[in-house]
Amino acid sequence: MLLSRISAATIVAAGLAIPAFAQVMIDKPECVAPANPGGGFDLTCRIAQTGLEPHIADPVQVTFMPGGIGAVAFNLFNTTRTDDGSAIVAFSTGSLLNIVTGKYGEFTEKDVRWLATAGADFGAVVVRADSKYESLSQLMDDFSADPGSVVLGAGGSVGSQDWMKGALLLKAAGASPMDMRYVAFDGGGDAIAALLGGSIEIYTGDVGEMVPHLESGQMRILAVLSPERLDGAFAEFPTAKEEGYDVEWTILRGFYMGGDVSDEDYQKWVDAFQAAYATEEFAAVQKERGLLPLDMAGAELQASIEQRVQNLREIAKEAGLIQ
Amino acid sequence: METVLSGLATGFGVALDPFNLFLVLVGCFAGTLIGALPGLGPINGVAILLPIAYSLGFGPESALILLAGIYYGAEYGGRISSILLNVPGDAGAVMTTLDGNPMARSGNAGRALSLSAVASFVGGTFAVILLSLFAPILAAFAVTFSPADYVALMVFAFASLASLVGKSTVKTLLGALIGLMLATIGIDANTGIPRYTFGVPDILAGIDFLIVVVGLFGMAELLTLVEQQVSGQLKSLPVDKSFVRWADLARTKWTIARSSMIGFFIGILPGTGASVASAVAYGTEKRISDTEGTFGTGDVRGLAAPEAANNAAAGGAMVPMLTLGIPGSGTTAILLGALLMFNIQPGPMMFSQRPEVAWGLIASMYIGNVALLVINLPLVGLFARMLTIPQKYLTPMIAILAFIGIYTIVGNPFDLLMITGLGVFGWFLRKMDFSLAPVILGFVLGALFENNLRRALSISGGDWWILVGNYKSIVLYLLAILVVALPIYLGRRARRMEGDAVSAEDAHRP
Repeated sequence: MLLSRISAATIVAAGLAIPAFAQVMIDKPECVAPANPGGGFDLTCRIAQTGLEPHIADPVQVTFMPGGIGAVAFNLFNTTRTDDGSAIVAFSTGSLLNIVTGKYGEFTEKDVRWLATAGADFGAVVVRADSKYESLSQLMDDFSADPGSVVLGAGGSVGSQDWMKGALLLKAAGASPMDMRYVAFDGGGDAIAALLGGSIEIYTGDVGEMVPHLESGQMRILAVLSPERLDGAFAEFPTAKEEGYDVEWTILRGFYMGGDVSDEDYQKWVDAFQAAYATEEFAAVQKERGLLPLDMAGAELQASIEQRVQNLREIAKEAGLIQ
Repeated sequence: METVLSGLATGFGVALDPFNLFLVLVGCFAGTLIGALPGLGPINGVAILLPIAYSLGFGPESALILLAGIYYGAEYGGRISSILLNVPGDAGAVMTTLDGNPMARSGNAGRALSLSAVASFVGGTFAVILLSLFAPILAAFAVTFSPADYVALMVFAFASLASLVGKSTVKTLLGALIGLMLATIGIDANTGIPRYTFGVPDILAGIDFLIVVVGLFGMAELLTLVEQQVSGQLKSLPVDKSFVRWADLARTKWTIARSSMIGFFIGILPGTGASVASAVAYGTEKRISDTEGTFGTGDVRGLAAPEAANNAAAGGAMVPMLTLGIPGSGTTAILLGALLMFNIQPGPMMFSQRPEVAWGLIASMYIGNVALLVINLPLVGLFARMLTIPQKYLTPMIAILAFIGIYTIVGNPFDLLMITGLGVFGWFLRKMDFSLAPVILGFVLGALFENNLRRALSISGGDWWILVGNYKSIVLYLLAILVVALPIYLGRRARRMEGDAVSAEDAHRP
């Protein structure tokens, strides 16, 4: 691997300035955020931009390609830019869910090359500070007794990740996701405003976005939907699993490339990410952006994505999203 | 009050630092240019410059001051191309075209530009003053606005805009309907089902507001210009040296005051922004003061209202962001992201933990508004001269700028086809004597109305009584009735008094 990196660097660098120590040479590296600026995909690309800075000779440019909740970019990299070795595209578990439910059209998870992760975030069940719900089990009891008595809301549409979190909770309580009273807002900010204003009782958000709100004490996290208890500021919150409900929602954030990208170009990016994962600085960048480390690149990620898509397909079927 | 004053003192201490002062000026100037370019608005300006500000290694307060300068600079700049070219520079400047452009056409471009700069200044400053005095209370009130209250607010907006009904009621209604139809395109949030997308992934998330504005307004205007040029009907405009007069200011002072108020309050509501604020302010003003029917033909009040409102809304949107950590608009969402990048947690704790950032930003808004007025007034003459550029150079130049602007935001060639297609469609609508403003308003308000109505009904489980279940909704419905009924009543009374006067005269005749 070291050899291939050196040889690749020498070929590209022939006639140019000698690259700095252990930096990967990628021509005009670009990270495509398939959304408007300011959202989760923007954040994912910023992690590549700052996190890879010491490991790639040229700075990574962030570009935006909004449209169709990421479908525009997914289709573009499956039709015209299939062999673009300079560009990586941000994705999240939400993109995988869209692939599963067919929102991305004819292309599937097998048509692109999954490159590396930026980190992970987890679902969270959030209530207002003065809510009558003190624990997840109280909420789950209400779900079992009368699912229509609780109003949930979040920033995503019906069938999105935010809705799925709610649907999984209802299912774990023995109720049908179809009976859920779910209100779809236009982004997490509006949904949090509705929670604080009392329009909705439960907000099915993410752990990362709660960081700025924890200290102010306006909201409480009833449970975190992670496989294991988190550490740091989130160590005090129980997981749904600890409370006896098998509900888990991991939001994987990462990058993919076109399906026809050469192994050589793909490996350069993998090397850059592997080098970054080994440093403390990258972990600091993840933490700064509210993500938790979940580092996978290359073949490891490829296998993990296939497994995840398979799981999502089953969950979507159970929730009645697909046949 | 004391905490406000000491906070402001800290803030001005930060903002008057020579380097920060320089950044406010740079931000305001760059923002004005960004806003003036059709297609590029505050959201994109801030988003493009955020990584630059971050990588230059500024302190958090300096970076935020620069970005905020760009934000309100762009709200100022949006009016320039609206007035001069009839092409809205950004989403909040659509209503500015209605009276601003007729003024420029009649040789008053300088007057329109300078008056709107003053209106923007007053609106912006009004918002900053309320923000520094009452931000926490206002934010607490804004979040209690439930989806049902938004429905009532939209009903009020529709009621005040019913006055836009132009020459033909049917065509206005059809225009609004076209806007509503365009708004339904994309994935429906409440069911997750794509509507009217015909399998085209590029419109799965709906059509962006800017694309509709630049296409329907900008491209259609260009096609009209080309058509007039080909048929030789185009008049060249003389060099325009007009400037705002005291009489204009006296005439618009209450308009500006009312519109600043409306703009600020709509701005603090999360979910509505400068475009809704300027539309409601214009509609209300036309309802209240357009007794001679001069709105839409170059009335100074019709120009001042949306400009005061959209700048006040930009300040209002800062309220929930600073005090609750909830963005009130797309641009403040990016500013929020910027704060997080610097490891500052916005929200109630920010004022106690990082007072220099919170108050420094607020103080820079005072300075920025003054700076914008100072930058903008002397440039009025220069901008107004743009109209003397021969049309054969100007038209392709605007087309190029609009295409670059749209491509920069999205980087998707499909959107260039979209603005071209919408432009041709808009040109046909204009040929058939449709006014384009109802289309845009149907598009903006319709989407908000539908989404909030369905949110309200999912909260209540299908019970329609939720719509009138709260004093805020009821007050808004009453205001809606008032705004429709009052002009009719006043009109009748005026006619009756005229009639009385006539019959009295008759009685005197032998």
